[in-house]
Amino acid sequence: MKKMSFIMVAAFLMISASLAAAGTLQDVQKRGQLVCGVSTGLPGFSATDEKGVWKGLDVDGCKAVAAAVLGDASKIKYVPLNSKERFTALQSGEIDVLVRGTTWTLHRDTALGLNFAGTNYYDGQGFMVRKSLGIKSAKELDGASFCIDAGTTTELNLADYFTEHKMKYDAVVFDTHDGTLQGFEAGRCDCLTSDQSQLYGLRTHLKDPSSAVVLPDVISKEPLGPVVRQGDDEWFNIVRWTFFAMLNAEEMGVTSANVDSMKSSKKPAIRRLLGLEGDKGTSLHLADDWSYQVIKQVGNYGEIFERNVGMSSPLKIARGLNALWNNGGIQYAPPMH
Amino acid sequence: MIVHTPHPDLPPPSTSVGFIGWLRNNLFSSPINSLFTLAAMYLLYQLLPPFFNWAFFDANWIGDTKEACTNDGACWVFIRVRFNQFMFGFYPPSQYWRVISAFLLFGGLIAYLLIDGLPKKAWIAAFTILGYPVAAYVLFYGGFFGLPVVETYRWGGLMLTLILSTVGMFFALPAGIVLALGRQSVMPVARSLSIVFIELWRGVPLITVLFMSSVMLPLFIPENVRIDKLIRALIGISMFQSAYMAEVVRGGLQALPKGQNEAAEALGLSYWQSMYLIVLPQALKTVIPGIVNTFIELFKDTSLVMIIGLFDLLSIIQSSFTDAKWLGFSVEGYVFAGLVYWIFCFSMSQYSQHLERKLHTGHKR
Repeated sequence: MKKMSFIMVAAFLMISASLAAAGTLQDVQKRGQLVCGVSTGLPGFSATDEKGVWKGLDVDGCKAVAAAVLGDASKIKYVPLNSKERFTALQSGEIDVLVRGTTWTLHRDTALGLNFAGTNYYDGQGFMVRKSLGIKSAKELDGASFCIDAGTTTELNLADYFTEHKMKYDAVVFDTHDGTLQGFEAGRCDCLTSDQSQLYGLRTHLKDPSSAVVLPDVISKEPLGPVVRQGDDEWFNIVRWTFFAMLNAEEMGVTSANVDSMKSSKKPAIRRLLGLEGDKGTSLHLADDWSYQVIKQVGNYGEIFERNVGMSSPLKIARGLNALWNNGGIQYAPPMH
Repeated sequence: MIVHTPHPDLPPPSTSVGFIGWLRNNLFSSPINSLFTLAAMYLLYQLLPPFFNWAFFDANWIGDTKEACTNDGACWVFIRVRFNQFMFGFYPPSQYWRVISAFLLFGGLIAYLLIDGLPKKAWIAAFTILGYPVAAYVLFYGGFFGLPVVETYRWGGLMLTLILSTVGMFFALPAGIVLALGRQSVMPVARSLSIVFIELWRGVPLITVLFMSSVMLPLFIPENVRIDKLIRALIGISMFQSAYMAEVVRGGLQALPKGQNEAAEALGLSYWQSMYLIVLPQALKTVIPGIVNTFIELFKDTSLVMIIGLFDLLSIIQSSFTDAKWLGFSVEGYVFAGLVYWIFCFSMSQYSQHLERKLHTGHKR
């Protein structure tokens, strides 16, 4: 087994080394199409609608990169990947960028030869409780019973959290997601715990979704973000700053609806954001209006959040950690100077 | 003269004919059977009415959105809205006619070959084997005669399931026959190669083969060489199934009395002549149930391509559960998938029984 993993790591290293020379940007421009790895189905993040069109927060991440690089957010080939093959697909060059709810960890960032270009969704383990209990915070959950999926890190995180806060709990363990939800619905437990982004999806499965609330507390860190191959800094910069441009646009109040009128704005920061002044696209090797195209065709971060997972979507996820830094969250983008 | 007229036969007692007789013979022939019958009836009473209520009487059929599903029963609107996707995957709707005509052509050719007494069957068979794959490729993929290219990542749904299974069957049967003959051969090289191939592919699970083809293979081939994911899956499935088929066919070869071979040799037939004229027709006929069993298994096994991110019928249905607008309709989806799989597998099984009756020459015991 050890030998096997050594061979695999060696293979990974060889590949990342051989790719260092290749320019993903030139490949994408020559192809006229961005190849983007997404999940095979995650509500609100990447899923196809009844016409077969990909939609979701992660999908909009792909679209933004395509808009920046090619000037057209629709020139994308989506490659649906499961959690096991996603890294191979990126390492082997089958896809240009992976936007698939991938948690940023030390191991993945280093040993696998990958680079995380940002965090487009701060996820973490949360709690869903029956509204009738009147609980407002996880601190009030002492002595509660929990429905959990068997054999996941969820179980360990829960144990850690309750030991740390010297509280007691009962675990009611189920084999499957559906079983866990049915247990909660049938009143086998007071509280259901899982990753927050999943809790909102599960809540819509309840007979009366308004009978349960998701608490704001998060007890584990799951930063999800777009991933690129290590060794291609030009491409890494493009993916990273495409995301930052969407965050900056939200901070400055530039939306897909008002971006055209914002072009006549006098504010230097907005003019720099839209590529009218300053460095424009030169140092990223992109067209000058790259960020304008991103905002015009895809929208700012707040827009894509609301559209896919926020209050105007069936999932109704609160911004929470994903609000901008000046709005109580931790989404923070460096300035575009 | 006294003519003896026998009294006409009394009718059998009413308890042994008609409906009551049937009941007594089949359902209540002994106390234990009566008990089982009652238990089964009670179970059916418990299960069937709720199922029919859910699937038909309380079901929702009309509408285009989730909100149209107001009754307690199944929401078939979900299936209706997504029906085209379940059939064709992400194939562009304006090109659906290509898929439909390719399958109609295939159905027509097969039907022609199966109906008895039609002329020029040899030509049609030759076209089905040599010409049709090319025609199907042109129709599905395009790029010729002004047909726009539809890349394989857009293929999905039932269409992909059928492509995977027909290509698998198409390769598995001839390859399986060759491998089975190879394994029985007296030539050491052919025999050992066949044994190694069969035992290697039969010794690993299909899911491992698919996984290797999708996760490991890309790491070992040069970066600019890219083998389509679908082709990789097709090769894996074909290899795997030919190993199984080889063993099924070998069973048929072994069932044949040795005298048949010896008689063919005594007539001066060459090896291939004796195989083609004497051995294989008899051997294959014996193993029809085994061959069809392998085909049905292959048809259902294609759903394993889910793990390499290909959207066959089952996985496209599963992925549709994740559309945020349509959460919570997994039961309808699975019932639909089960129904489609059942229709295809049952038809194959019925055909195999027909074939067995047609080819029956008294060899069955």
